[in-house]
Amino acid sequence: MKQIYGRPKILKEAHFHYCPGCGHSIVNRLIAEVVEEMKLRDKIICVAPAGCGMLLYNYFDIDTLESAHGRGAAVSTGIKRVLTDSLVFSYQGDGDLAAIGTAEGFHAANRGELITVIFVNNGVYGMTGGQMAPTTILRQVTTTCPAGRNPDSAGHPVKICEVFSMLDGTSYLERVAVNKPAAVIQAKKAIAKAFQHQINKTGFSLVEILSPCPTNWKMDPIRSCKWIDEVMVKEFPLGVIKEVTC
Amino acid sequence: MSGNAALGEAAVLAGCTCYFGYPITPQNELTEYMAKRMAEVPGGVFIQSESEIAAINMVLGASVAGARAMTSSSSPGISLKQEGISYLAADELPAVIADMVRGGPGMGNISPAQSDYLQATRGGGHGDYKTIVLAPASVQELADLVPVAFDLADEYRNPVIILGDGMLGQLMEPVSFDHIKPPAEFPKDYILNGAKGRPSRMIHSLLFDTKLEEEHNWKLYRKFQRIEQNEVRFETFMLEDAEMVVIAYGTSARIAKGAIKRLRQENLKVGLIRPITVWPFPTEIIQETANRVENFFVFEMSTGQLIEDVKLALGGKRHIHFYGRPGGVIPTPIELYRVTSRHYYQAVREKSQ
Repeated sequence: MKQIYGRPKILKEAHFHYCPGCGHSIVNRLIAEVVEEMKLRDKIICVAPAGCGMLLYNYFDIDTLESAHGRGAAVSTGIKRVLTDSLVFSYQGDGDLAAIGTAEGFHAANRGELITVIFVNNGVYGMTGGQMAPTTILRQVTTTCPAGRNPDSAGHPVKICEVFSMLDGTSYLERVAVNKPAAVIQAKKAIAKAFQHQINKTGFSLVEILSPCPTNWKMDPIRSCKWIDEVMVKEFPLGVIKEVTC
Repeated sequence: MSGNAALGEAAVLAGCTCYFGYPITPQNELTEYMAKRMAEVPGGVFIQSESEIAAINMVLGASVAGARAMTSSSSPGISLKQEGISYLAADELPAVIADMVRGGPGMGNISPAQSDYLQATRGGGHGDYKTIVLAPASVQELADLVPVAFDLADEYRNPVIILGDGMLGQLMEPVSFDHIKPPAEFPKDYILNGAKGRPSRMIHSLLFDTKLEEEHNWKLYRKFQRIEQNEVRFETFMLEDAEMVVIAYGTSARIAKGAIKRLRQENLKVGLIRPITVWPFPTEIIQETANRVENFFVFEMSTGQLIEDVKLALGGKRHIHFYGRPGGVIPTPIELYRVTSRHYYQAVREKSQ
């Protein structure tokens, strides 16, 4: 009998700690599937973040280092410059990449480091309890903008893909979501494509993934998935933001 | 050759293949030297990073990948690197960090100072950890200690700091690299290079379970105890018959030596203990000396940091004189000669009373 679906071997036999309806578990699984299908286990190194995604090493059967908050792109740079034939990816959240680690991500992108950033954007600081993130939507309520994000004092949502697209070192930037089956399939394709760009040495690649956080959005999982389409996508349009032919 | 350039050449000869740096005076010659030199080294990596924080994290990445990696900076930049140094210590990863100390706090100035002693010897960043700290006093000694720093980092899998100052970095002196041997082999069974034909590895410092975190802290502590037992280095100068002993390190020890030579011409029996490792601190030799010497004289280019370790070593039992010049002021041997002789005669007077 032909098996058409199963648990990727790259995923260890561990239970995800993520909240119900969280997008991280989907993203973790997609990465595991891509690593397995592209046969990358022997050469891949994962840099895990601070934040909800930090326990990646409990789930992935691949070499994994946990980085300090925001420093994933700098650590990945160090690894990749030594192991030039490896495949290095940094898994980062919105606070990690778009606030405390903006400099590290921006300059790794600008140098055209041959690394991939998997950027999970859920518009809040999840692990610390739902504070405002640089990508929080205007008027969205969080614990540190209880009256809704006000641009006069808190600025506007940061569009990492669009900002990075201006940098000559970047070769592939796509924004996807994991809120419905078709989007999940597209997200997987984007991750595979970003890795391929790294393998082909065309430049820095990044996949931004709009991901639900029902716990901190104070919504049920179904409502969260709808909210991505109704609100989040309007601020963060999906699609390939930049692709340099490799 | 300048101290900064000598540091770079010694690092290359010691097998350093990765240098990550961010410009700051007075250590720029090292970054510039490495920019040129790393291009000649097989597999050599040089990156002028966007910040000191990025540089130390690139060092961490290169170290995880199994390379001998270093970065360098001066006081304000070292403050920024402390985050990464704490992670290196927690992850038990080797790295060498050179600190060419300048006057501070804040922006301070670009003149030589020894005001980062406590930052270097007490861990410096957050958490329970230590860094091995080597404090050379000449360009030759700087070159000699660089391979030692890399070996210690690999042996104990811990960050090692070379604590110099603007004087040492900028000083031009003849230097020989002839005796630097090719780097020793250390087991690299912890590195991340793709889990080819082996179980995957993970390196992390997050330990949610308080018992595991406590265990990890005690494990590091036991390593630091081993370092304290095995790696203390110091130099003594005219100590045998000394009636007063100067304790100074790095540039100030060099100034002290000049002063002591002059004092000896006048038959003032002053000696020197110069810590070469300021952590681990040479407590034992100070305690041994205290069995027969009543007066110690701490001299440093700060308002008093090394003196804390001397006080701890002496446990309140002996008299400690102090002379400090902070803010980037470099005292002359004549100045130190005058101050030391004043304290010497004061001690003699007190003894006769």
